[in-house]
Amino acid sequence: MTRYIIRRLLWGVVLLIIVVALLFVMFRVLPTADPAKLRAGRLQSPKIIAEIRHTYGLDKSLAAQFWLYLKNLILHFDLGFSFYSGAPVKELIFNRLPPTLSLVMGGAIVWVVTGVGVGIVSARRAGSRLDRASMGSALVLVSAPEYWLGLIILYVFASDIGQVRIFPGAGSYAGLTSEPVKWFESLILPWLVVAAGTAAIYARLIRGSLIETMGEDYIRTARAKGLSERRVVLRHGLRSAINPIVTILGLDIGVLLGSSVLVETVFNIPGIGRLNYTAITHADFPIVEGTVLVAALFIIVANIIVDIAYAFLDPRVRYS
Amino acid sequence: MSARGDDAAPLGGASGAGLPASDAPPSPAARADGDALVRVRNLVKHFPLTRGIIMQKKIGAVHAVDGVDFDIQRGETLGLVGETGCGKSTTARLIMRLLDATAGEIRFDGQDITHLKGAKLKAMRRELQMIFQDPYSSLNPRKTIGSIIAEPFAIHGLEEGKVVRRRAVQNLMELVGLNPEHYNRYPHEFSGGQRQRIGVARALALKPKLLIADEPVSALDVSIRAQVLNLLRDMQREFGLTLVFIAHDLSVVQHMCDRVAVMYLGKIVEIGPGESIYGFPRHPYTGALMAAVPVPDPSRHGGARRLLTGDVPSPANPPSACRFHTRCEKAQPLCSQEEPPLEDKGTGGLAACHYPLSREELVAMGVRSAG
Amino acid sequence: MSTAEALLRVEDLRVEFFTEDGVVHAVDGISYEVDRGRTLGIVGESGSGKTVSSLTTLGLTRSQGARVSGRILFEGRDLVALSEAELRAIRGNDIAMIFQDPLSSLHPFFKVGVQLIEALRVHRDISKAQARARAVELLELVGIPDPASRVDAYPHEFSGGMRQRAMIAMALSNEPKLLIADEPTTALDVTVQAQILALLERLQRELGMAIVMITHDLGVVAEMADDIAVMYAGRIVERASAANLFDGPEHPYTWGLLKSIPALGRSREEDLVPIPGMPPSLIQRPSGCHFHPRCPYAQPSHAQIDPQLDPVADRPGHHVACLLEVDTRRRLWAQLRAGQLPEQALAAVGVPPEQEPV
Repeated sequence: MTRYIIRRLLWGVVLLIIVVALLFVMFRVLPTADPAKLRAGRLQSPKIIAEIRHTYGLDKSLAAQFWLYLKNLILHFDLGFSFYSGAPVKELIFNRLPPTLSLVMGGAIVWVVTGVGVGIVSARRAGSRLDRASMGSALVLVSAPEYWLGLIILYVFASDIGQVRIFPGAGSYAGLTSEPVKWFESLILPWLVVAAGTAAIYARLIRGSLIETMGEDYIRTARAKGLSERRVVLRHGLRSAINPIVTILGLDIGVLLGSSVLVETVFNIPGIGRLNYTAITHADFPIVEGTVLVAALFIIVANIIVDIAYAFLDPRVRYS
Repeated sequence: MSARGDDAAPLGGASGAGLPASDAPPSPAARADGDALVRVRNLVKHFPLTRGIIMQKKIGAVHAVDGVDFDIQRGETLGLVGETGCGKSTTARLIMRLLDATAGEIRFDGQDITHLKGAKLKAMRRELQMIFQDPYSSLNPRKTIGSIIAEPFAIHGLEEGKVVRRRAVQNLMELVGLNPEHYNRYPHEFSGGQRQRIGVARALALKPKLLIADEPVSALDVSIRAQVLNLLRDMQREFGLTLVFIAHDLSVVQHMCDRVAVMYLGKIVEIGPGESIYGFPRHPYTGALMAAVPVPDPSRHGGARRLLTGDVPSPANPPSACRFHTRCEKAQPLCSQEEPPLEDKGTGGLAACHYPLSREELVAMGVRSAG
Repeated sequence: MSTAEALLRVEDLRVEFFTEDGVVHAVDGISYEVDRGRTLGIVGESGSGKTVSSLTTLGLTRSQGARVSGRILFEGRDLVALSEAELRAIRGNDIAMIFQDPLSSLHPFFKVGVQLIEALRVHRDISKAQARARAVELLELVGIPDPASRVDAYPHEFSGGMRQRAMIAMALSNEPKLLIADEPTTALDVTVQAQILALLERLQRELGMAIVMITHDLGVVAEMADDIAVMYAGRIVERASAANLFDGPEHPYTWGLLKSIPALGRSREEDLVPIPGMPPSLIQRPSGCHFHPRCPYAQPSHAQIDPQLDPVADRPGHHVACLLEVDTRRRLWAQLRAGQLPEQALAAVGVPPEQEPV
């Protein structure tokens, strides 16, 4: 098992280096706007541009540039400086991480709890009106785009522009440590929006997987032991039905950490997604590169955690 | 505890009925020199056990078949019996060339087929057919029965022409007791027994010389089994087929087979004519198998019998020398040091045992047919 | 069978399922009883209703939407009429069950010990440590070597035979008065089957429990059962002591089963006599005697008259549902036993052409 984990980790490192190389090629080699020209702004004299090239190392060979980038990245987690503001990308990202983490982790809790809950109820009453209503709304939620859902929910519930003014709206985010109550309130609507689509997918998944599991022989054994139906479903049934959820949960969290652009923009949450969004509009490549890299890191780590968790969850798949 | 070499004649085992000598030549059962259709010599199949996902490292091997010698005579039925994991199905798949042997030689009709490839292999496959245990999963649910049975014709380019092929298929259907009018039906419209008939029809399409039946009736209902067993027997008589019959049910094997090979952990421990194997098994494992078979006769209820204890050891790490010594009541130090050869024990068959069973021991084990 | 208070007494049990294709009459009015410490074998093919009737005894067909009528009296209480909670107190406690495939019947993600402890603690107020100690004892009782460490193994780490032993240990947790064993050895090798059957016999002697043994294998019931019920298409067609059933079977279906299986020690030259046709649909059952379309001795009236499970005159405890005359049956079986084919037996006995159906 330990060997397996070590191997997975090494493989993750290899994958990350490949991602870095790809990003590097995308932003330095493929024809994009010349960063030196962008940095120069209105002072487009060749001399200034050449100076800028020299300061940022853009005049060196590609291989040398890549080596330098990789070295700084690994030794100092140095992602360079923003072309736009000149601030270190590392610091920008670290500052923006807490809001994104709050959004994604809270959202994940909401979608797991509601998705699994609705899924269980639907599975136990498959074919009932309740089941059909839940699965119908799930279909709607899966199809609803986040930005659309975000705007609708702001229009209905936000305390500034809403019809029923209950929850704080866009731009009300506050830090968890400084103002915990406000932090919680401001995130309620974003959490719902982030969770909606995924919760719907989870509900359908759990429903299908639980219906299948409840037909297994070991469920009959559990009933024959004299266990209550509640215990049969929640312990014996769910224990097996939950496995596919665990597999995708890690991936969903990883993906969302790197791509919460839309929700953060709609609700004006100062997270990584919005950082990325602003950087794209400014063609601020070091930031884009940095955020994409962080996203890739999250996804790879999530993948490794899922694989390891799976081995723990299913004793038949213990890797040697 | 010594071998009773004086019991030379095979004992009429089957409840006193006078059995005529089988068609197989009375020569030593494993290595008949005469007219063998199949000769298997020192056949070995190891499945490697690997560790690692990217860089696989071999850490051992499952000894599925580990040095097996036998012949199959033309026109006979050879039974392969043994418990799960003894290598009987692997042996069949090796003969069919569905698996490649690790070592050893398989000769079919005088030709070495161990390493045949390409067109020669395809041509050889016409002569060898197989039917499987599960009549549900071995038929493509999207194809009509007609096209399933015609598959072998299509593969080998025989019976060309729509009308000709259809007639050939319908003849086969009639032969195995299916209604030829059901030509255009799909597998799910047939019962388990009928599906097994479809499997038999498909296997017989090319008039093979050898038919291997791997547990052909164990998935079927009791009242249906006899239908399929009788069909196989009739087909064998009609076509002069050579049949290899693999089963874990010893009574079915006794009914179907002229000769029987008993396998344990990748080895043949005993082989010989049915009468001698069932009448006077010499290998303690064969005896234990027989003693374990439940007999539909309640007068035996509660009668003493000796049971094997424990489980079959792992084929990845089989016991030394005689592989049965870890579970054998008669085991002596020699059994774990020196592998007993498969040799004539004076009952018409061959057994691989240093201390073969006596008749008294058999009776004490609770084997009835020996009594 | 004693007529005094039987441990389990099933009276006119019917189980029906409603499906899109129609009503499935899975169990169609069966009655039997099992005394304390005795073994009843229920023999039948797939779809004969043998499994459904036993699951119903534990109330396990309720969740599948079965409609159940009749009575299942266990120690005088009617299980059909009990509430789900009352039934739960009996399941796994007074009545336990083991199943065909021990691998799929054990939860793959829980350790064997955990599953045993759960079975104990549902019905008994004992601590986890006590339950664990008891679990080890149980594993030892069923002959699992090194139980103290095996208690922490997962089911997939056990061999097939060991898994079935673990299932039996779990069933025995609360010292049931009745054990229902549904094809407990069908998935096992023959030497392992013999071990499990011997184990069940030993445990029955030691614990004095009654066993209902469901199987398709006549050899297994012959070894295990005191009494045997033969089921066909949801009904019991013959019921007798094991000795009587094998010595003088009265129903043509039983004859068919006995003649269609090869038995060790029987001559190879003796042909197997298959039962023609196949088991009927339980939605659209044949009229009259359900077996008549496959019965070589059926008369035209048998398609109209529904035979009752009646006592056989001179054999106490032997019941059969057959429309043939006792005398005719006896002579037919004598012919079949002597190795005659059904048509030969029929010709020799000369079943009289019957008068017009009533």
